[in-house]
Amino acid sequence: MFGLFKKFKTGFAKTVSAISTKTKGLFSGRKIDVASLDELEEALYTADFGVETTGEILTEIKAAYKKEKELRGQEAAAIGAAVLARTLEGAEGVLKVGTGGPSLAKNPGVIALIGVNGSGKTTTAAKLAWRLKQDGKTVTLAACDTFRAAAVEQLKTWATRLDLEIIASHTGADAAAVAFDAWQAAKSRGRDYLIVDTAGRLHTKGNLMEELAKIRRVLQKHDPAAPQHRWLVVDGSLGSNSIEQARVFHQSFGLTGLVVTKLDGTSRGGALVGIWRQLKIPIYFLGLGEQAEDLQPFSVENYTKAVFGLDE
Amino acid sequence: MFESLTDKLGQALRKLRGVGKLSEENMADALKEVRTALLAADVHFKVAREFVERVQTQCVGQEVLKGVAPGQQIVKIIHDELVRLLGEGANALSGARPLKILMVGLHGSGKTTSTAKLGKLLKKRGYRPLVAACDVYRPAAIDQLEILASQEELAFYCDRISKDVPAIGVAALAAAQAATADCIIFDTAGRLQIDADLIEEVKKLHARIQPDEVLLVADGALGQEAVNVAKAFHDALALTGLVLTKMDGDARGGAALSIKSIANVPIKFIGTGEKTGDFDTFYPERLAQRILGMGDVVSLVEKAQETIDQKEAEKMAESLRKGDFNLDDFLAQMQQIKKMGSMQSIIGMMPGMSGMELPAGADKQMARTEAIIKSMTRQERKKPDILNGSRRKRIADGSGVKIVEVNQLLKQFQQMQQMMKMLKGGGAKKMMRQMEAMKGKGGFPGM
Repeated sequence: MFGLFKKFKTGFAKTVSAISTKTKGLFSGRKIDVASLDELEEALYTADFGVETTGEILTEIKAAYKKEKELRGQEAAAIGAAVLARTLEGAEGVLKVGTGGPSLAKNPGVIALIGVNGSGKTTTAAKLAWRLKQDGKTVTLAACDTFRAAAVEQLKTWATRLDLEIIASHTGADAAAVAFDAWQAAKSRGRDYLIVDTAGRLHTKGNLMEELAKIRRVLQKHDPAAPQHRWLVVDGSLGSNSIEQARVFHQSFGLTGLVVTKLDGTSRGGALVGIWRQLKIPIYFLGLGEQAEDLQPFSVENYTKAVFGLDE
Repeated sequence: MFESLTDKLGQALRKLRGVGKLSEENMADALKEVRTALLAADVHFKVAREFVERVQTQCVGQEVLKGVAPGQQIVKIIHDELVRLLGEGANALSGARPLKILMVGLHGSGKTTSTAKLGKLLKKRGYRPLVAACDVYRPAAIDQLEILASQEELAFYCDRISKDVPAIGVAALAAAQAATADCIIFDTAGRLQIDADLIEEVKKLHARIQPDEVLLVADGALGQEAVNVAKAFHDALALTGLVLTKMDGDARGGAALSIKSIANVPIKFIGTGEKTGDFDTFYPERLAQRILGMGDVVSLVEKAQETIDQKEAEKMAESLRKGDFNLDDFLAQMQQIKKMGSMQSIIGMMPGMSGMELPAGADKQMARTEAIIKSMTRQERKKPDILNGSRRKRIADGSGVKIVEVNQLLKQFQQMQQMMKMLKGGGAKKMMRQMEAMKGKGGFPGM
């Protein structure tokens, strides 16, 4: 556990320092006062937690401050972390071993990665495949982003670099056809997982959303349960619009999970709290860096502690 | 876009109906909601606070003008303030030749796509652009730019072996000179603003190529982070402008407000779609109007002017005058609309329709109509009256549709023709009156 937290914290280190520079002193042994409450509000807002969550955290800390004028920064931070942890209760997604198709046929468990342009789907697909492989699973990648110029080449390069198995066609090919073939390949080779990388699409484009539905229909010809995992890849530096993205993708595809990327910057990915609040889609992984091993499982405890600068 | 901010402001301001004089007290609620709306729209915390304070100072003590709802008055003040915040006047590119443009930004913000889009735009403006691939990290980034460049017939430079980005930049300059390009756009790798090594690298590139423009490419849906990003890049590279991407989504776009006010970098372009043509000059006045739900009629008109062929338009006007609007004109008109971009992007610019999505296949329907008309002979297009059953069958077969669809199109066309005749024969005034009456009944809700 300690090792994991440490990894999480180093990845999140800049994030932590970013929020704690804002709250430095505030969350130390110093006593809380009206001015520091103001600063706290700013820190929470600038973490993209959104209006609701920020309001709740503030209310609880203010209430505690009313009761106990000697309230110290550390205690306020603990309250904040507790509120956040309570809000995020149940938000940890766990990829169960053997989550696959019907019990009769040993079908590959299909993970479809979807999201808007530039959220990091292709990179996540490669990192995720690598991680599953490290865990002893067998994985096939399907390069179904046949729209963006050179997206197929991008995933192929990753596959070579990380020694992963990949099924790909060419740019402009029918994405659904690639998915269909890839599933067949994964099945005949007896793979545990098939990870489907798809083209980025803004959630407001009906026709592109239709293409995703087609990929799904085609996969279901092989296995009615596929894709068992429909994960939205969200850029962690985005604000409230990521909630809108999640809502629309969820309506169309019934999302089963989230991957929040690019959290190695100074953004705190607070929007994931908003997504969880509104849609209760579990968060599986966080992207904390450029290396393959930087895709880390999401942990509520680690996240809330890191955000509020609390140590073990 | 921005419709959510508009909605929220509308709600907050509706509460101000019926007050006589604006005061701190009666505005407190409304302004609090304005602030919440701004924060919910991802405007940076400090920017939102300052914005509200400024609006408050300007509003307090003002008499509510007769004949104007207090809400409208505040909207005017907010509008003016928004325009000021977004930067008065349009922000043109440097006039230097050769024009050197450096594109920088976070991962996945849209640098490579924007590079190609900007290249296409500048080519249209008479430049001979060369795009240079300086992203040596992301797998296949060079391929992506090369493909886009060849699609748009832009000169292209890359070095697939070297990892020395500043040297690649210098070589690109020489390549541009050899190719007699007068505009070089450097696409760079995505980098975090806190990644010291990569920031150092792009600073070196900057020092070597001495760009006239340094454009930060930022996702329009960026959250509070937008400010840190813009500030850090600005400190490192002295940005000259911002490209706001993915603005065809429904992001509230508070990032645009934040970046402009904190880093004080003008927003120069916005990306509004997947096609390389979906790239527009940024006009703060228009965006402010858009924020307030007034639509973007100016942009639409200009886009129309730019794409509609003057001669075609004159020919059309002539046939309208004569009252012999035929299927050829119909086809020409349709092609003009198509030149303006996808139907969806046109709809997005119309007042009150920014959030609307066309039913899937609206563009497809247009293509079918085009196919039907193109399957007709010249004579048939000029005189649709001669289209009997067997001719219709031939047309249906030729364009791969059912006869019913041909009939439908002809019926629509007839209606249109009748309308045109009405316009010609003094019926225009009558029609206008009818429309006016309809408008009066509907009224303008809100505000």
